[in-house]
Amino acid sequence: MTPPQRQRRSPAPEPPPQPAQEGEGKVRNPERMYVVAGPDGERAELDLVTLIVARAADPPPSASPEQAALLRLCAAPLSVAELSAYLHLPFSAMGVLLTEMLTAELVQARAPIVRKARSDRSLLEAVMNGLQRL
Amino acid sequence: MDFNGSDTIPGPRAEDQLPHTAQAAAKIVIVGGFGVGKTTMVGSVSEITPLTTEETMTQAGIGVDDNFGSASKTATTVAMDFGRISITEQLVLYLFGTPGQQRFWFLWNGLFEGALGAVVLVDTRRLEVSFDVMGRLEERGVPFVVAINTFPDAPRYDIEELRTALDLTPDIPIMECDARRRASSRDVLMTLMRFLHSLAMQGAHT
Ligand SMILES: Nc1nc2c(ncn2[C@@H]2O[C@H](COP(=O)(O)OP(=O)(O)OP(=O)(O)O)[C@@H](O)[C@H]2O)c(=O)[nH]1
Ligand SMILES: [Mg+2]
Repeated sequence: MTPPQRQRRSPAPEPPPQPAQEGEGKVRNPERMYVVAGPDGERAELDLVTLIVARAADPPPSASPEQAALLRLCAAPLSVAELSAYLHLPFSAMGVLLTEMLTAELVQARAPIVRKARSDRSLLEAVMNGLQRL
Repeated sequence: MDFNGSDTIPGPRAEDQLPHTAQAAAKIVIVGGFGVGKTTMVGSVSEITPLTTEETMTQAGIGVDDNFGSASKTATTVAMDFGRISITEQLVLYLFGTPGQQRFWFLWNGLFEGALGAVVLVDTRRLEVSFDVMGRLEERGVPFVVAINTFPDAPRYDIEELRTALDLTPDIPIMECDARRRASSRDVLMTLMRFLHSLAMQGAHT
């Protein structure tokens, strides 16, 4: 039996269009989400694997129940994806909640490692060593 | 949800907490058609019980080929499962098993753009369902490896025959795996990392 035949595609010349224009499905919140992160107040893109950690052990009395729940969860660092899972909140809703909390300095964000044109070989080697131990 | 009962929201078990030294995380995506073993692969290598993140999509976005009631007016919830592997005290790796329907992938902002790479799971009984997946990764410049999940009743092809059928360049790794076995899933991830490493080496020379 001969398998069906695929045809390879080339990299898109421009960055891929946003999903709303692409007709892939209307997303409620198609813009990229930015959160304030870092001591200089620079904006960073919120990623599924941005790590969030509470700045103080106990939620301040001013914290909303939603904020208090999040603070309890990230007493130790936790990814946005995990927070979204435990809080049963869509990823897009996490952006709003976390922007408030980063601005109020209730939590700290640790930026993810993303793929770059020039990959960091030492990072890949560390991952390989880690997987070897699995 | 009612956050007034937030004391009762279950969080990670004590043994599932990351150390305070965890500085940054990276992600890998596992893609493939319906029922090809994405969730199984995430579960077999994850150190935590896989979790689910959800995203909602409005009616307008539901295509004509959907399985959902076409009269339904409610937003559709799409779930994506994921797992985690602690690499060092500072570094964490997350694995995302994308939903079977590809048009849902874009609900999660930057899922592919930031990913280190992807694993394309292929079922030889339905080889063509993975064609579009691979094309999209190629268009976006996301490096990937191909893992053939060996189902008992699936047709067996020679690896080189599959490479030709999938129109893969000679450098792209293609291998058989059993997503149910941790060692096998781990080997697939190792192969992806070695591939990414070789790409980085090439980059260093040009
Ligand atoms: N023989 C065999 N069966 C497998 C393998 N991987 C998964 N399965 C079985 O295939 C079925 C589907 O696996 P899932 O992991 O749920 O597939 P999925 O890709 O997450 O499916 P969707 O999320 O619905 O698209 C399950 O019954 C698995 O036990 C494999 O490597 N070999
Ligand atoms: Mg699944």
